Amino acid sequence: MTIEELDQIAASARSEREKFEHEINVCHGTGCLSQHSDRVKESIAQALQALGKNAYVRRTGCMGLCAAGPLVLVDPEGSLYQHVNPSHAEKIAASLDDKPVEELQCNLREHFDQQVHIVLENSGRIDPERVEDYIASDGYRALLMALNDMTPQGVVRQITESGLRGRGGGGYPTGLKWGTVAKAKGDVKYVICNGDEGDPGAFMDRSVLESDPHRVLEGMAIAAYAVGASKGYIYVRAEYPLAVSRLTSCLRDARRHGLLGNNIGNTHFNFDVEIRLGAGAFVCGEETALIASIEGRRGTPRPRPPYPASSGLWGKPTLINNVETFANIAPIIRKGSRWFAGIGSARSKGTKVFALTGKITNTGLVEVPMGIKLREIIEVIGGGVPGGHKFKAVQTGGPSGGCLPESMLDIGVSYDALQSVGSIMGSGGMIVMDDTSCMVNVARFFMEFCMTESCGKCVPCRAGTAQMHTLLTRICTGAGTMDDLALIEDLCSTVKETSLCGLGQTAPNPVLSTLKYFRNEYIEHIVEKRCRAGVCNMEAAAEVLA
Amino acid sequence: MSEVGTEVKILVIDEQEVSAHAGQTILEVARENDIHIPTLCYLEGLSNVGACRLCLVEIKGSSKLTPACVTTVQEGMEVSTNSERLTRHRRTILELLFAERNHICSVCVANGHCELQSLGQELGLTHVRLPYRNPDLPVDASHERFTADHNRCILCTRCVRVCAEIEGAHVWDVMGRGVNCTIITDLHEEWGKSTCTRCGKCVQVCPTGALFDKSKIGSEHPKYPDFLPFLNMMREAQ
Repeated sequence: MTIEELDQIAASARSEREKFEHEINVCHGTGCLSQHSDRVKESIAQALQALGKNAYVRRTGCMGLCAAGPLVLVDPEGSLYQHVNPSHAEKIAASLDDKPVEELQCNLREHFDQQVHIVLENSGRIDPERVEDYIASDGYRALLMALNDMTPQGVVRQITESGLRGRGGGGYPTGLKWGTVAKAKGDVKYVICNGDEGDPGAFMDRSVLESDPHRVLEGMAIAAYAVGASKGYIYVRAEYPLAVSRLTSCLRDARRHGLLGNNIGNTHFNFDVEIRLGAGAFVCGEETALIASIEGRRGTPRPRPPYPASSGLWGKPTLINNVETFANIAPIIRKGSRWFAGIGSARSKGTKVFALTGKITNTGLVEVPMGIKLREIIEVIGGGVPGGHKFKAVQTGGPSGGCLPESMLDIGVSYDALQSVGSIMGSGGMIVMDDTSCMVNVARFFMEFCMTESCGKCVPCRAGTAQMHTLLTRICTGAGTMDDLALIEDLCSTVKETSLCGLGQTAPNPVLSTLKYFRNEYIEHIVEKRCRAGVCNMEAAAEVLA
Repeated sequence: MSEVGTEVKILVIDEQEVSAHAGQTILEVARENDIHIPTLCYLEGLSNVGACRLCLVEIKGSSKLTPACVTTVQEGMEVSTNSERLTRHRRTILELLFAERNHICSVCVANGHCELQSLGQELGLTHVRLPYRNPDLPVDASHERFTADHNRCILCTRCVRVCAEIEGAHVWDVMGRGVNCTIITDLHEEWGKSTCTRCGKCVQVCPTGALFDKSKIGSEHPKYPDFLPFLNMMREAQ
């Protein structure tokens, strides 16, 4: 496969498309599929045939606004329809060359206008399983550009200059990591894509893998060229069957087109990817546990150093990046590092995909430039808290992150800013809570999550999270005392400072951040035996007090 | 086990200048120089897992605590093995262990010969602030010579490692997650029906009364976990 051949495929895909006057894109993400968007697509196709309309019906990946699904986008008109069911098919088909169907129209300008799509540029626009679609939107061009015109060092330099930081949560500079693996000695090296997304309320990686899997494969191949690897693994949760099946078919297509395998782009570069399924352990998102799991061992972390960059999979130098990080690579190579570095804030470049969930009007996937205010994400893009309720807190970073109150909403979203106020960027889960949420109960929920997901290897995480959960449960049932609170704070410090891996080290964060911003709620539970949100059942305790 | 190189490093542990081979761990060097660092999962002769977190030390220039058993020495490193912060964390970790399962020293076969008990005494642990979890755990007495009392297990995995690495049988392993972890024989069969070779190494290396010899109790039951370096040396000599 050469660039010319790539151009040919793109041109024929485009001319194929030009035969149609309209394109009807039907979202086939997990959210919309669960509401039978596949049947919607079928009925639209039938209706078009019956009416003799000239339109192309395409299944696409996630369009982002999951709360309004199933979604249908009609091009070139650009009408977006929400909550579509098969009975609407005829109306939609009839509306072509006429006025759009008004009662189905989704008018959420502000939701889309504030977003910048890099990772999600193809999501909801292409058929994820048609490699021709991906190639027609400049897919695999970056890989062939890198192989033909750039040295591996040049690729690393470009990624370094772009300022891209790991999107898995830690924010480690991607270029630095690639450079370290590239310099590591060893004839065999590996590239791993971490798709073991497990934070409650997070579905960024799933959507990327479902909507644009080729983009991730292309990013991995470029990374492999840069660091000198010839074998890659994608570690995906088994709970993401759609992502796995789309990845499997994309791998087959990429191999068939000579974009994976031997002598890619008629060069000496060989690279192939295998899929590995996670068996439901959250801790396997930690890189050393993930590596152990790929090797077929029990998925538990090990102390670092040695870092995977020098001794990773089967003791070989290994590059391990998150799905979203790999999804950023191709655009950076294609458009240049300066373009990428021009987006975002001073020390956090580019965009970040967030999964907006909880008490928010526009639940779904958004991609925003770094540096945007939390308030803008929640109130403008997210449409605010529904049902006349009052905003209380936003939880970022999943069980490793923290809860931020209203007063913190004006900080710009970046790795450093979020960390400085007691939360983290994390992988991109963003859970909005209103006045019906009890912050003590929220802290208890996340502690329960960490307790059940702790691998059990090191003492502070295994026994510490369980103890904190017991003590938080005491407070939630009205049996807590101020001594318990002091004990919790003590345990937070030990678990944070002494745990072996990131899971334990960050497990106290939800407790610490709620104690920082919502301490009065803890005190109310303990002293007044009162839960202002009415979540915790404290009747028995309150009676004793009376 | 760390690879011992020929290069010599000089470092400072607790304000004492010490020399070490490149590749040695902080813990090895400290022990050579009679500097005591508390450990539970560490045992000379087995691989290091860094799981008990008791051997954490402070290294000048880093705010993070570092496990001494898996950290190799660097030239000019300044290590502190004792501080208020370290003692506080070590005591909390011991409290967590005592409260996790049913550690009742007075009726334990290892009373007086227990590493957990000794560490508690050493760190002056007079009481446990945390609520005892009192889990309902089984005792496996199916083996003709040994007993596994899960109430006393601290999941240090010494038995798992000695069985896999020294005996080469890999009968023991860990099952489950978090507080529900348990050591198991084979695929969670009874010890007596497992592929156990009856060598008894796991019993000797167990730091508490979790694995014990059926024929002995209490004061008759000291364990001798220090045979491993000698065994390894004799094997290498062959």
